[in-house]
Amino acid sequence: MSTLAWTGALRDRDRLLRLLQEYGVYAALAVLFLVAVGLNSDFLSAGNVRIQLFQVAPTLLVALGMALVIGTEGIDLSVGAVVALAAAVVPLYLGYGLAFALLIALALGAVSGAVGGAMVAFTRVQPIVATLSLMIGVRGLAEIVNGDSAKPVTDTALLSLGSDSLAGIPLMAWITALVALAVGLVVRRTTFGRRLVAIGDNRQASRLAGLPVRRVLLTVYLVSGVLAALAGVMIVGHGAEADPANQGLNMELNAITAVVVGGTPLTGGRVRVLGTVAGALFMQLITAVLTQHNVPNSYTQIVEAAIICCAVYASQERGTR
Amino acid sequence: MVQQDPGPAPDSVLEAVGVDKSFAGVHALRGVDFALRPGEVHALIGENGAGKSTLIKVVTGVYRPDAGRVRLAGADREFRNPLEAQAAGISTIYQEVNLVPLMSVARNLYLGREPRRLGLVDVGRMNRQAAQELRRFGVDTDVTRPLRTLGLGAQQMVALARAVQVDAKVVIMDEPTSSLEPREVDTLFEVIWGLKAQGIAVVYVSHRLDELYAVCDRVTVMRDGAVVHTGEIAGLERLRLISLMLGREMSAVREKGATAFEADRSAGAGGRPALRATDLSLRHRLHRVSLEIRPGEVVGLGGLLGAGRSETAKAITGALATDSGTVEVDGTRLQHRSPAAAMRAGVVMLAEDRKAEGIIPNLSVRENIVLAALPRLSRAGLVDRRRQDEVVRLFMDRLRIKAAGPDQKVSDLSGGNQQKVLLARWLCLQPKVLLLDEPTRGIDVGAKAEVQALINELAEDGLGVLLISSELEELIEGSDRVVVLKDGRVVGELEGDGVTEDALLGALAQDADARDADTRDTDTQDTDAKDQDKEPTP
Repeated sequence: MSTLAWTGALRDRDRLLRLLQEYGVYAALAVLFLVAVGLNSDFLSAGNVRIQLFQVAPTLLVALGMALVIGTEGIDLSVGAVVALAAAVVPLYLGYGLAFALLIALALGAVSGAVGGAMVAFTRVQPIVATLSLMIGVRGLAEIVNGDSAKPVTDTALLSLGSDSLAGIPLMAWITALVALAVGLVVRRTTFGRRLVAIGDNRQASRLAGLPVRRVLLTVYLVSGVLAALAGVMIVGHGAEADPANQGLNMELNAITAVVVGGTPLTGGRVRVLGTVAGALFMQLITAVLTQHNVPNSYTQIVEAAIICCAVYASQERGTR
Repeated sequence: MVQQDPGPAPDSVLEAVGVDKSFAGVHALRGVDFALRPGEVHALIGENGAGKSTLIKVVTGVYRPDAGRVRLAGADREFRNPLEAQAAGISTIYQEVNLVPLMSVARNLYLGREPRRLGLVDVGRMNRQAAQELRRFGVDTDVTRPLRTLGLGAQQMVALARAVQVDAKVVIMDEPTSSLEPREVDTLFEVIWGLKAQGIAVVYVSHRLDELYAVCDRVTVMRDGAVVHTGEIAGLERLRLISLMLGREMSAVREKGATAFEADRSAGAGGRPALRATDLSLRHRLHRVSLEIRPGEVVGLGGLLGAGRSETAKAITGALATDSGTVEVDGTRLQHRSPAAAMRAGVVMLAEDRKAEGIIPNLSVRENIVLAALPRLSRAGLVDRRRQDEVVRLFMDRLRIKAAGPDQKVSDLSGGNQQKVLLARWLCLQPKVLLLDEPTRGIDVGAKAEVQALINELAEDGLGVLLISSELEELIEGSDRVVVLKDGRVVGELEGDGVTEDALLGALAQDADARDADTRDTDTQDTDAKDQDKEPTP
């Protein structure tokens, strides 16, 4: 009898861990949300919700691209720098209208992503090395384009993109939600999404199955670059200045954190879009709660580190077989 | 139904008593009793999924049994991990070599037990001892070389040497011969007899019946997680053994013959070759290899390990870039050479290494089947789920893929079913030419027969098939024609009534002296990659 009970407990533990792996991030988000509201009844005020959404939108955009890259067993460290480049470039072309300036910024993001993707796909440089070099180079380029100091932006169209709301929700958040939906669709329903995941899971087998491995890898990094550029434009619109030395700083790390906390394994072969959304919201919320209760920033970082460790531990594949 | 030796033998060195083990509600072992006597070689056989590996993992401490006991030398033991089992005297050699490829041979041999002097590893003594030790296992090599520069067979021998070197009472060998050449198998047998003489008991897991009869004393047959037979192997008829494994009537097995190939399949239809490869060359590996496959024909590719069989198949599909040579499909020369291009032209390859080059482990059965066919099942980049499901259902039925459903993770299936999933992946492309590299290796007897029957059927439907198999029986009975390779060269071709075991051996044995010298060379000394059939493609 005792053996039976023991086995039962063991099985429950396995099941619990698996449940935690799948849904832990949503449960944690819900709990944290309740705690936040409980500690501060103003937390749900329209103003505060908007502030949180303004802050999370760019990170989440970058994280969505990052989730795709990580799904291929890659990593993209250049996204923070691409944010800065887009931020630096956008003011220069606003004279031709926001649409044109946006297009230029996104095109540059695409080019940067394609360069990183080409290095990964064709020269077999490891993703971390390829995008690290890109990160350094693109950051430098952004500072060259913008000069040393931060430049104010006054274009009304760009400012309204960065701070207007629709139905009480920031435009930025709407756009990000649409992108998340699109990325989710791509992963679940498209040939491209299937191939991406297959390549991340077993690249050699994918190649032998005739998949266009290089094209898929190139495209994934390109998409990541474009989304980072879009985030950069939003940040300029919201902050009303272009400051390439500071904007997008550590953004790549925040994005990776959101993806990992969201349960996407760094070993590739799986992309969790909704998890990434939840991961980004969770990290935003925890920072907000701690800051609002006057916890010093240094302590906040330590808490964040602990959360990342927990997430990575929970997402590890367990040897249950 | 269950036959057993009378009573729990008191003289057992290792015993499993009433062992139960299940995973997520699925019974992998049900009340398994297993007893190993000192100094015996005990065969453990069964189809994939019968529970052999699970039983091994239970007695070696990888898994804990849900119920039942493991007894070593008459005492109950609960191993919490494989190290404890090893320390207690149970050594295991797994199918895949579990060593450190970049470390030296000697280091691997003594990993964790290095001879020391003043607290430091005594490298000189270690190397001397290692060289001496390995010579007993037929490996005569520079022990300071990285392990991975050895041939697979030699690596396996190192693993074996390592396993028996610890004070083992029991040595468990999981398909030890799957990457060995015949000569190495002989060495292995000698080692096993040596162990026996020392009173060490050996559990021998293998799908190769010949070996079981050659080296084993007793046999335990498992099926569906239970032991269905234990007894002396001498006097047990082969057919009886197979029928025990399969749980089928002997007559049904007998009708099928040794393999599931029909004896007198009409030799391939004539006409224009579906595939013509001309003068494929690749430095050190292939030398002007040419062959033709006509529609409806099964062309066997014979040769020893390292003869260039896998390389030839890979060169045809473009998975391995060649220095020169051309490939024509239906008379049209392939301009661009890549697996994708070959696929579009109708040439597909079932790769030898199922795990590394076949399955996408974390994806479902469904996603694995349609992986290559996605463009045909999509509109504007969106997967047409209805058509996808139709294809998946069709092939799961046709190939009798046993899975909980199309959503099951492919890595949860048995080897045989994984192989069928991969076959489905290729067949749903409706290819003209199918290249099969060891299609039945490491899969259970039932799935093997099914795959063989399928090859027959496909050829009859007009598909051109290239069959690579290390099993002579399969190659001879399955092929209409056999092209024989040696050291990357075509050295002979058998046709029609000439396709016999003797003829094939004859072709392989030509110039036997040179061959012998050559294999010895490549196996243990030459760092050249040409003897590594499984080497990853660049």
